[in-house]
Amino acid sequence: MKKYLILFYTFAKIGMFTIGGGYAMIPLIEREIVRKKWLSKEDFMEMFALTQSLPGIFAVNISIFVGYKLLKVKGSIVCALATILPSFVIILLIAMFFDRFQDNEAVIRIFNGIRPAVVALILYPCISAARALKLRYGQLILPGIAALLIWQGGVSPVYIVLAGIAGGIIYTLWLKDKLKKL
Amino acid sequence: MIYWQLILVYLKIGTFSFGGGYAMLSLIQHEIVEKHAWLTTQQFTDIVAISQMTPGPIGINSATYIGYSVTGSVWGSVAATVAVCLPSFILVLLISYFFVKCKDNKYIRAAMSGLLPMSVALIASAALLLMNKENFIDYKSILIFFAAFIATWKKVHPILLILLAGLAGFLLY
Repeated sequence: MKKYLILFYTFAKIGMFTIGGGYAMIPLIEREIVRKKWLSKEDFMEMFALTQSLPGIFAVNISIFVGYKLLKVKGSIVCALATILPSFVIILLIAMFFDRFQDNEAVIRIFNGIRPAVVALILYPCISAARALKLRYGQLILPGIAALLIWQGGVSPVYIVLAGIAGGIIYTLWLKDKLKKL
Repeated sequence: MIYWQLILVYLKIGTFSFGGGYAMLSLIQHEIVEKHAWLTTQQFTDIVAISQMTPGPIGINSATYIGYSVTGSVWGSVAATVAVCLPSFILVLLISYFFVKCKDNKYIRAAMSGLLPMSVALIASAALLLMNKENFIDYKSILIFFAAFIATWKKVHPILLILLAGLAGFLLY
């Protein structure tokens, strides 16, 4: 029982003190888990790389991995719940009370200012992601078309994800060799 | 029934969202705003802003908030939040159980080589979808947008940025 409590406490702390999305959680998760010797640094990096190729929420997926490694299925449930709970409670409270302020004149003015800033906040990671992936201009043509399809064509992002997976497999495992032979 | 629709939508989001929180936004926006019209673009943008200022991953925040606002009940939040985590929960358990080494698997690496560039497209479309007349009401919005973009580029913290933008909105409108 005590083991579960320690796991719950650790991951609730991780869920509580990371503001600004899943990636902000990584240094904190690494510190907590590697320091407690639950995973070696190498194991953590291996798990980190693996988690990046999985769908869903990054921080939750990592907590499920660690929970399973330590205490099997029950551990993974405890860790996932602990990671989710702090933000769940806070957002629920906001959702319950925000409606009452939505018609407040000052709140309307404040959010008129916030909305364009949020768009900028989303747009910037797109540029930093393209840089981090070291994409050349030519390699941005297909993502550009995909973004246009979602934006103007109303195409579901699900199809873009599936096309990316299919394209990656076809190109790497088949087309690349053929192109080399030409 | 609204609960089943909510659960199905969030299972879909949990299954097909790759590339982190921002890349997830385009799928959430597609399902919640465009397909089901559960929220307006403005409400959706407000949730993103609130998510940035509160703890936890944006995927969880949006599920909790939208679950509540769609059903008007705590159970809506529970249903959406559990649904968004469930697909990857099962996947992670399967991988752990069978000790799959995905990193060395050539098929997964090949799939990722196509998927990663597409995450740029997903983030870009999330931003483009929010660039409309609801969020950009006049020239002052455009000024705030450019100022916020430069501030993000100069590594101003997102919370500080949102607070400043809120202050600007309060003074300008």
